[in-house]
Amino acid sequence: MMRDVAIIGIGVTKFGELWDKSFRNLMAEAGSKALFDSGISGSELDALYVGSMSTGRFIGQEHIGALVADWSGFAHMHIPAIRVESACASGGLAVRQGYFSVASGMNDVVVVGGVEKMTDVVGDEATDTLATGLDQEWEAFFGATFPGIYAMIATRHMYDYGTTREQLAKVAVKNHANGALNPYAQFKRAIPLEKVLNSPMTAYPLTMLDCSPVSDGAAAVVLCAADKAKNYTDKPVKIIGTGQASDTLALHGRREICTFDSTVYAGKKAYEQAKLQPKDIDVAEVHDCFTIAEILAIEDLGFVKKGEGGKAIDEKITTLDGKTPVNTSGGLKAKGHPVGATGVAQIAEIVMQLRGDAGERQVKDAKIGLTHNVGAVGASCVVHILEAI
Amino acid sequence: MADGAVPRFWREIPQRYNLIGNQCGSCSKIYFPPRESCPYCRRKSMGKMKVLKLKGQGEVLTYSIIYNAPEHFERQTPYPIAIIKLDEGPKVTAQIVDCKLDDVKIGMRVQSTFRKIHEDGYIGAIYYGYKFKPIEVK
Repeated sequence: MMRDVAIIGIGVTKFGELWDKSFRNLMAEAGSKALFDSGISGSELDALYVGSMSTGRFIGQEHIGALVADWSGFAHMHIPAIRVESACASGGLAVRQGYFSVASGMNDVVVVGGVEKMTDVVGDEATDTLATGLDQEWEAFFGATFPGIYAMIATRHMYDYGTTREQLAKVAVKNHANGALNPYAQFKRAIPLEKVLNSPMTAYPLTMLDCSPVSDGAAAVVLCAADKAKNYTDKPVKIIGTGQASDTLALHGRREICTFDSTVYAGKKAYEQAKLQPKDIDVAEVHDCFTIAEILAIEDLGFVKKGEGGKAIDEKITTLDGKTPVNTSGGLKAKGHPVGATGVAQIAEIVMQLRGDAGERQVKDAKIGLTHNVGAVGASCVVHILEAI
Repeated sequence: MADGAVPRFWREIPQRYNLIGNQCGSCSKIYFPPRESCPYCRRKSMGKMKVLKLKGQGEVLTYSIIYNAPEHFERQTPYPIAIIKLDEGPKVTAQIVDCKLDDVKIGMRVQSTFRKIHEDGYIGAIYYGYKFKPIEVK
């Protein structure tokens, strides 16, 4: 029998181009903040999980589980340390693995981190490394880029559903407005629509400001058996649903260009476990690595019908005071996207919202929140549903 | 996506030069690039996958124009990239050539053509493969 799992602590670093911080500094900072927030002592930890996409290329270092355990001060305790990789969904997947280990009864308390240090490489290396989440032999070899593949989804979405360049750009405008209210965000400033539309073209129809940035950062959460959570905190948040799904690595292998079936299936599993429907979600953090990705996400998660994601932006359904506020943190777009950290930082943002600790960007009466973390162009997806208890 | 050992590229020559795919002997579904087994028939397809050369004709399902490209493709920017649905069924990602940027459209008919894809600098290997060009409609 699986048992319930609660989040009892969270910690995030500032996201951005953090030249004075190393990979290990960042992870240790987020981890110690999470442990401090949870009130547990290090000796109570049963295991450590860490999500990161490509440390081999970003900092020339593998063996990340042991490294993070060591620099977080746990080497002498010899706790199991596990690194999890699923491209940009590495963080969300690490949380899911930590969840399983507690739900199974094997562990009582685990810490889950997510981290990426992307600015220690120069030139095109960061974007080339992100592109390793694509099919290298049958997409990237022929000249397809990471923004280019998402751009092809946007072109088809515009063709099938009449979605406009302006609607795409409004996703960036909304998320920057939210980011301006988040002290941890990389871009803490609102931007006007014209600026997004007139920024240099990266891959038609996406401009530079339709894309999330290259970032450094880390996030961590502490998971605990739900029946023990109140021993540590007055405001535990329960994980009431988790889902994960995969799809073809190459976009061209899919049934449909404008749907991520991995999101649909991961969402379905999470909704079923939580016994909830999309309309029950009060606040969501979705994977907006590009503006079109947020439009796809709100459709595939069932917040709006397929094809109506663009219209939803016009109708302000997803703004802070809308029916389903999306990416209150600023999203990957404005908060920043240190890839391995993203999925864990999404959980941290929803926990802040459900605790009522989100300050200026607080969603009123938020009780149930959802996180949606995508690997590359939808070849993997992790969805979690959280509830304040 | 370069600077690798030559066999990594050499072993893909049949697919990239001549669009060699394969067909499941059980359900007749066609795959490109060729697969070890049919994902739908699985064990029933083992040992029954038949080599099949694709004609290289198809239709553009979607496209983008790439302005920011990795180093190996920088000199080609801006260039169109597309997903093409081949007439036999499989879909591929490839560049569109011999066509003005403004003329690339969803639904346009295209034919594969053998071209240089990129190279490892001045002294490295040159990589070839398929790109697609418009089919003249009379």
